[in-house]
Amino acid sequence: MSPLFQGIITILVGVFGCVGYFYAANLLLDKVIFPARGPNIGRNINRATAVRPWLFLLPAILALSVYLVYPVVGSFWRSLFNRSGEEFIGMDNYGALFADDVFRQALFNNALWALVVPAAATFFGLLVAQLTDRLKWGNIAKSLIFMPMAISFVGASLIWKFVYAGDPDIGIINAVRDGLGLDPMDPIQVPFWNNFFLMAILIWIQTGFAMVILSAALRGIPEETVEAAIIDGANPFQLFFKIKVPQIMGTIVVVWTTITILVLKVFDIVYTMTGGNFGTQILPSYMMTLMFRDDGRATAVAVVIMVVVLPVMIWNIRQAQKEMR
Amino acid sequence: MDNIAGQNNSLKWAVNITVALLVVAWLIPTVGLFVSSFRDRDQITASGWWLAPFSVELTYRTRADDAAPRQEGDLWIVEGNIFGTGEVADAFASGDASITAFGVTGRDPAAFAAGTEGENRDGGTLLVMADGSYRYTSTEEPDARGPRIYFAAATPPDFTMDNYQTILTAQTADERAASQAQGATFWDLLFDEEGIFRNFVNTFTVTIPATVIPILIAAFAAYALAWMDFPGRGLLIAAVVGLLVVPLQLALVPLLNLHNRIGIGQSFLGIWMAHTGFGLPLAIYLLRNYMVGLPRDIIEGAKVDGATDFQIFTKIILPLSFPALASFAIFQFLWTWNDLLVAKVFLPSDDASKVMTVRIADDLLGSRGGDWGILAAAAFVSIAVPVIVFFTMQRFLVRGLLAGSVK
Repeated sequence: MSPLFQGIITILVGVFGCVGYFYAANLLLDKVIFPARGPNIGRNINRATAVRPWLFLLPAILALSVYLVYPVVGSFWRSLFNRSGEEFIGMDNYGALFADDVFRQALFNNALWALVVPAAATFFGLLVAQLTDRLKWGNIAKSLIFMPMAISFVGASLIWKFVYAGDPDIGIINAVRDGLGLDPMDPIQVPFWNNFFLMAILIWIQTGFAMVILSAALRGIPEETVEAAIIDGANPFQLFFKIKVPQIMGTIVVVWTTITILVLKVFDIVYTMTGGNFGTQILPSYMMTLMFRDDGRATAVAVVIMVVVLPVMIWNIRQAQKEMR
Repeated sequence: MDNIAGQNNSLKWAVNITVALLVVAWLIPTVGLFVSSFRDRDQITASGWWLAPFSVELTYRTRADDAAPRQEGDLWIVEGNIFGTGEVADAFASGDASITAFGVTGRDPAAFAAGTEGENRDGGTLLVMADGSYRYTSTEEPDARGPRIYFAAATPPDFTMDNYQTILTAQTADERAASQAQGATFWDLLFDEEGIFRNFVNTFTVTIPATVIPILIAAFAAYALAWMDFPGRGLLIAAVVGLLVVPLQLALVPLLNLHNRIGIGQSFLGIWMAHTGFGLPLAIYLLRNYMVGLPRDIIEGAKVDGATDFQIFTKIILPLSFPALASFAIFQFLWTWNDLLVAKVFLPSDDASKVMTVRIADDLLGSRGGDWGILAAAAFVSIAVPVIVFFTMQRFLVRGLLAGSVK
C-alpha cells in the first residue's frame, strides 16, 4: 500500500474516528448512562454535566500523556541505564557527560546561542517594527523580512552555506573579501567565531517573528502617551526609548523567552552546516549524534536540555495563570 | 501626527534607506540561491550569481573539423567557424556567443586575444576572430580529426529548468533524453526513479494527516477548557502551557521504543501520531485563548434555548473559531513540512520513505556537496510550498503568532 493512499485512509479514519467518538460518547452519556428522564432526572443531568468535560478532554489528555508527559519521565528513567538499557547505572551517564569535552563545549556554545540569538533577533525585530511603523511600503518590507519564517532550517542552512561558500565566485562574503583584496576564507571553520556565523542563520529566521509581535505591540500603544510626549518636545529617540519601549517591555520579554526556548531546541542548523565539527556542537545536535548509538547518554543530554528549559516553563505557567485571573 | 514635531525630511529619508538596506540584506541569501538554481553548473563555478545576467567567460576545446584541409603551395589551410565544429556545436546552437581568446595548448587555452594571429604547434599560425571564424595554417598535413583549438568564449546567460528536472527525476539531461527516446514520458520518470519527487510526495503524505488530525482533538479539548466548568480546569490549562515548551529531544528515545514495542516501529503511522501529540499543546492553547474571547451571550443564549454542549460546540463555537483553526493549521503545516528531527527519528531511513528535509540534509549535502545548481534546485523544491502557503495565508499566521505566544 503506497504511503499516500495510507495517508488518505488515515485522514478519513482520524477525522471520522474523532467525530464518531465525540458524537457516540455524548449520545451514550445522555441517553444510556445518565438519561434525562425517569425518577432521577435532576441527578442524572448534573452527573452528565460533570462527566462531559472529561469526554471532550479524553483524547487530548491521552495523546498529551503518551507523547509528552510519559517521555519526560521515560527519558529520565532511561538516562539512568547503560547503553543497552539493561544495567542500572544511576547518574553515571551524567558523570560521563560532564567529563566529556565535547559536551562541555556544547553546553558553552548553547549558552552563547541562548544569549546572542534572542538578543539579536529581538533587537532587529524591534528596529524593523519601529522603522516600518509609519512607512508607506512598510507592510511589504515586513512581509519580506518575515518570509524566512516559512523556510525550513534545512533550507535556510543551504541558503547560508551558499552565502558562506569559500569560492569567491560562489559565496558573496568571499566575493566581497576578494573585492577588498583579502584572501578567501571559510567562515564555517574559523574557530569560535564560526558559532556566530551559524547563529546568524537563526537570527535571520527569527527576526521576522520578533518583528510581527513587536509591531503589533507598538500599534497597541495608546496614542495619547505618544502625543503628550511630542507636545512636551521629545525627540524621536526619546519618544522611542523612553515612551514606547517601556510600554511594550512585557511583549519584549515574551518574544525574548519564546526565541530562547526555540534556540535550546533547534538542532537542524548545526547538523546541516557543520555536523557539530569545528567546535560548533550544541546540545540538541550532540544528542542526535548519540541517538541510535547510546540511548542512555542521548536521553541524559535531553534531560539536561529539559532542566535548562525548566525555569522558562515555570515562568510561562505563572504568566498564563496571572493572565487568567 | 507625523509632522507635528520630531519628524523631518532627512529623518524620513534615513528611515527609508535603513529599511531598504535591511530588506535587501534579508533577501540576498535567498535570492542568491534562487538565481543559482536556474544556472548551468559551469556558469555557477565561473561567475557569482550577482553576475548572472551578464555573459560568462568559459573555456572550451574543440577540433577544427567543420571544413576539410586544403593545400595552397606548401601550406595546409583549414578555414571554418569554431561554433560549427563537432565538439562544441551543441553548446553554441543559439549562436550569440563571442570569442575573447584562443590557444593551442590545454595549459594555456586563452593565450592569444581574439583577432590576433598566434603560432600553432605544427609551426604554422592560427587566427580566430571574435565571431568564431578561424584560419589554421600549417606546413604539415593536419591531423585527420582536425587540429586542436582551445578557446574562451563569452557565453550569454543561460537560464534553464534543467537543475529542477535533474533533481526531481535523479537523472541527468542525457539520461532523461535516453529514457525519453525509449518512449518514457517525463511523468514516468518522476514516479519511477529515485528522484526527490518521491520525497516531495512523502512530505505531503506526512504533513496533511499530521495537520488535520490534531485540530479536531484540540478543538474539543479547548472548548472544554474554555467554556465548561469542572474541578481541575486551571491545573490542566497550566499543564498545557507547560507542555508547550517541552523539548522534543526528550520524546525521541522513549517514544521510538514505545512504537517498536507496540509494533508501529518507524513508519508513517508513527510519525502522524507523533506529530499529532507534539502539536496538541499549541493547538489547545491557541484555540482555548480564542474561544474564551467569544461572546458569552451567544453561548448562554443557546444554553437557555436548550442546546446541549455538543450542539453549542459544533453549531456555534466551531464555525466562529475558524480564524483560530486556520492559524493553527498553517502553523502545524509549516512546522511538519519543515521538520527534520521528528522525520529523522520516526520514519524509516530508506530512500523511499525519506521526507525532503532528511533527503537534503543527509543525502544531497553529502553526495552533491559542490553541485550548487542541484542543491539549490532541491532547496527550492522544498521551500516553494511553505512560501506559497506563507504569502497567501499570512493574515492567519500573524494572528496565530500573536495569540500563541504566552503573554
